[in-house]
Amino acid sequence: MNISFILNGNKVNIDTDPLKSLLRVLKEDLDVVSVKEGCSRGECGTCTVLLDGRPVTSCMVAAGQLRGREVVTLEGLENKREIKVIQDSFVESGSVQCGFCIPGFIIAAYVLLKENLSPSRDEIREAVSGNICRCTGYTKIIDGVEKAAEILGQKNE
Amino acid sequence: MKQTTKKNSARVDAREKVRGQTRFIDDIPVYGMLEAATVRSPVCHGKIKEFKNIDKIKKMPGVRAVVSAADIPGENCVPFVKNDYPCLAGVGEDVKFYGQAVSLVAADTRQQAQRAARAAELLIEEYPAVYDPVEAMTPDAVYIGGEDNIHSSFRIRKGNVDKGFKEADIIVEKVYTTAHQVHCYLENQGITAVPGPSSSVIVSGSMQCPFYVHNALVRVLGLPYSKVRVIQTPTGGGFGGKEDMPSILAAHAALLALKTGRPVRLVYDREEDFHSMSKRHPSRTRIKYGASSDGKITACQAEYIVNGGAYCTLSPIVAWRGLVHVAGPYDIANVMVDSYAMATNTVPCGALRGFGQPQVNFANESLIDELAEKLDMDPVELRRKNLLKTGSQTATGQVVGESCGMEESLQKALQRSSFKLHRGSDKGTLKKGMGISTTFYGVGLGAEGKYFAKAGAQVYVKEDGSVVVAVGNVEMGQGALTVFNRICADTLGCSYDMVEILEPDTTRVPDSGPTVASRATMVGGRAVMDAASRIRDILKRAAAVKLGTDENRVEIKGGKYCSPDGEMDYVDVVNEAYRTRQQVAAQGWYTVKDVSFDPETGMGNSYPVYTFSTNIAEVEVDTETGQVRVSSFTAAHDIGKAIHYPSAEGQIHGGTVQAIGYALYENLVLENGKIINPSFTGYTIPTSLDVPDVDAIIVESPYSEGPFGAKGLGEPPMVGPAAAIMNAVYDACGVRIRKTPGLPEDILEGLKKASVES
Repeated sequence: MNISFILNGNKVNIDTDPLKSLLRVLKEDLDVVSVKEGCSRGECGTCTVLLDGRPVTSCMVAAGQLRGREVVTLEGLENKREIKVIQDSFVESGSVQCGFCIPGFIIAAYVLLKENLSPSRDEIREAVSGNICRCTGYTKIIDGVEKAAEILGQKNE
Repeated sequence: MKQTTKKNSARVDAREKVRGQTRFIDDIPVYGMLEAATVRSPVCHGKIKEFKNIDKIKKMPGVRAVVSAADIPGENCVPFVKNDYPCLAGVGEDVKFYGQAVSLVAADTRQQAQRAARAAELLIEEYPAVYDPVEAMTPDAVYIGGEDNIHSSFRIRKGNVDKGFKEADIIVEKVYTTAHQVHCYLENQGITAVPGPSSSVIVSGSMQCPFYVHNALVRVLGLPYSKVRVIQTPTGGGFGGKEDMPSILAAHAALLALKTGRPVRLVYDREEDFHSMSKRHPSRTRIKYGASSDGKITACQAEYIVNGGAYCTLSPIVAWRGLVHVAGPYDIANVMVDSYAMATNTVPCGALRGFGQPQVNFANESLIDELAEKLDMDPVELRRKNLLKTGSQTATGQVVGESCGMEESLQKALQRSSFKLHRGSDKGTLKKGMGISTTFYGVGLGAEGKYFAKAGAQVYVKEDGSVVVAVGNVEMGQGALTVFNRICADTLGCSYDMVEILEPDTTRVPDSGPTVASRATMVGGRAVMDAASRIRDILKRAAAVKLGTDENRVEIKGGKYCSPDGEMDYVDVVNEAYRTRQQVAAQGWYTVKDVSFDPETGMGNSYPVYTFSTNIAEVEVDTETGQVRVSSFTAAHDIGKAIHYPSAEGQIHGGTVQAIGYALYENLVLENGKIINPSFTGYTIPTSLDVPDVDAIIVESPYSEGPFGAKGLGEPPMVGPAAAIMNAVYDACGVRIRKTPGLPEDILEGLKKASVES
């Protein structure tokens, strides 16, 4: 079946099974690297993308639901200053170990910081609680988000 | 030389990972690639009579090949410690656990392969099954494997325990049990096999042990080592689950690749990974301590039984590590231990961070607190009276040598956590408590794995001074790339950004053993250091000639080769070495100093060195709901020397949180041998809301054999927290939990019992 949607600002047209998940479409049909499969059941947050501007786990969206909609992955956000700052802060805070879950965390942090530039550690914990990380114990990921908030908050004042 | 500028504190692989551009195996398509899926046993024990609809499966959309045991060109065996694990269970052969691999399908797409595998119909004659390791020990139990269902057993006989218990004023004895734990690496298992030139095969994927995979492929495919090449791709977490299991996927993918003549990728989904891949061994530990009234432990006796599952895999070494450590980090004259790895009709258990030690530490460190209470003694004081220090003896009679930071870790953890017991003093329904555990951990493979206790490396310095390093030990998230980078750069005197660590590839480096047992830094790091030191000496000579000085007078300082007669920049020295045609490439090698184990008595120098750790948990127990929250956690680990501090802290944070999950949340449920909650919804691991910020303390008591004094760290943080948490729960509300996970229903039941008794 032919399905057209907007991916990272560009119109894409693919011939695919309408029941295939957006996650598998992105990986198999469009070679999007940042989106990773952790559970394929909407449980781990590793495949988080923005669908019409809102975060979703792409494994829970069927290709057939995509017509005319807009999908943004981490690749499509790279020119945003907020993303750059979050990425830098993660690098400097030691937030990354195996790195498999990290794109999902960066999108979760981006969504949080768009709304709230001075989150408490508890608010950060809440905001990333839909994303599972098995390596870091979360402390340095939260450090990374906190640091990004600090930098982004300063520049806005 | 130490370069700890802010810029250099970043891991070498972090930048690419935050951009999401690191390609894991599921992100690496190969031209013409097929995708594979596995036909699995729907029963826990039985004989395969027939693959009923194989002809129909072969004709399903997209299907290119179906492979069964009869198609295996070499041996139908994936070699681990023993050779009992069939690569595929064939017709006429037995299956011994739910989810065991029977046949393989390759198709144009993953969906097609999975549909075909799911449609397979097997005719199986079911046998009675045994799921409980203690039941498997009974004389009339159904036979599964090993010798009378024992995969392996070990013993320690040190001193005379009868005499030791006679000398004791107080004796305590309890039984502690632990459940399965699942690795839950975020990246599922995955391997790609590609037919290579001149009848060879190239296998790449997510793995900890390329050389284990190499061995398995040689065995299953019947090829010489030279025709098999194994390359590790970026690995999204391992925790031991990618020690032995990738050998199975590699053999499966390679069989299909050779059958079809095309590249084949085999990637599991989460549910399949849960059902079929290894787990932490469930266990039952009966342990007894005797002590004099002043708190000197006079004897320890223990029986440690682990459920190894249907095939042996790494169970013997797990049972052995438990054996060596079950008496605790104490100097005890009389010790008697028996450990057994049992066969049952459940998924085979293998390596998981801690490798048999979290189970026994939970037992001995809980019992120490129970002993302290009987002695009416402070649990810290009781530990202090008995803890290992330099010169004291472990349970296997090994004299603790240099690098013993036990006391320092205890002191620092007590101080930072402001440790004090609450003794159930909180009023109301929310009760706080604190608990402690101390641990030691033998670094590396020890006497039962000493054949693999070696590592190689190759270092090449290029004309511009940049450095390429080939290693045999892997990055799986723990920071090995960064550690090797630092060791190489600091040895050569170049900057960190000049050193590139390549992905392990069996054609580039000699067999370097597995990346397990917290050995990558201590062993792999020494191999890198060895190679880099050889080049450094060549560079020193080149600098000396140019500077007109003696090479012994050349020292490396701040990126320069310095002597009293002048100095040169590192890059200029490299240019000089190139100009004078020096060989600025070297192989490095390291073998671990000898270790020993007497199978009759268990005596010997079990491990080359130990790490020492103290864990302190603070919990809040809600006595109405039974919910336990870990409100703060302090973990102090003596690791010899940290090579890269942020990574070392990250290991402590992550391992501790994994252990909090083990203690309180992670509950794999098997019904008649089948896992019924194979997902993150059913099997819950800690999220950011479930755990505190762990306070990581790095203690550095240097080990002269380790690179810059380093020992190991990957596993120790997982070992001790469960006991510290349960001791804290007891301190909070007086309920002693002797099982993991300690669930709210266990707490409520304990509270109910306590109120009936009082």
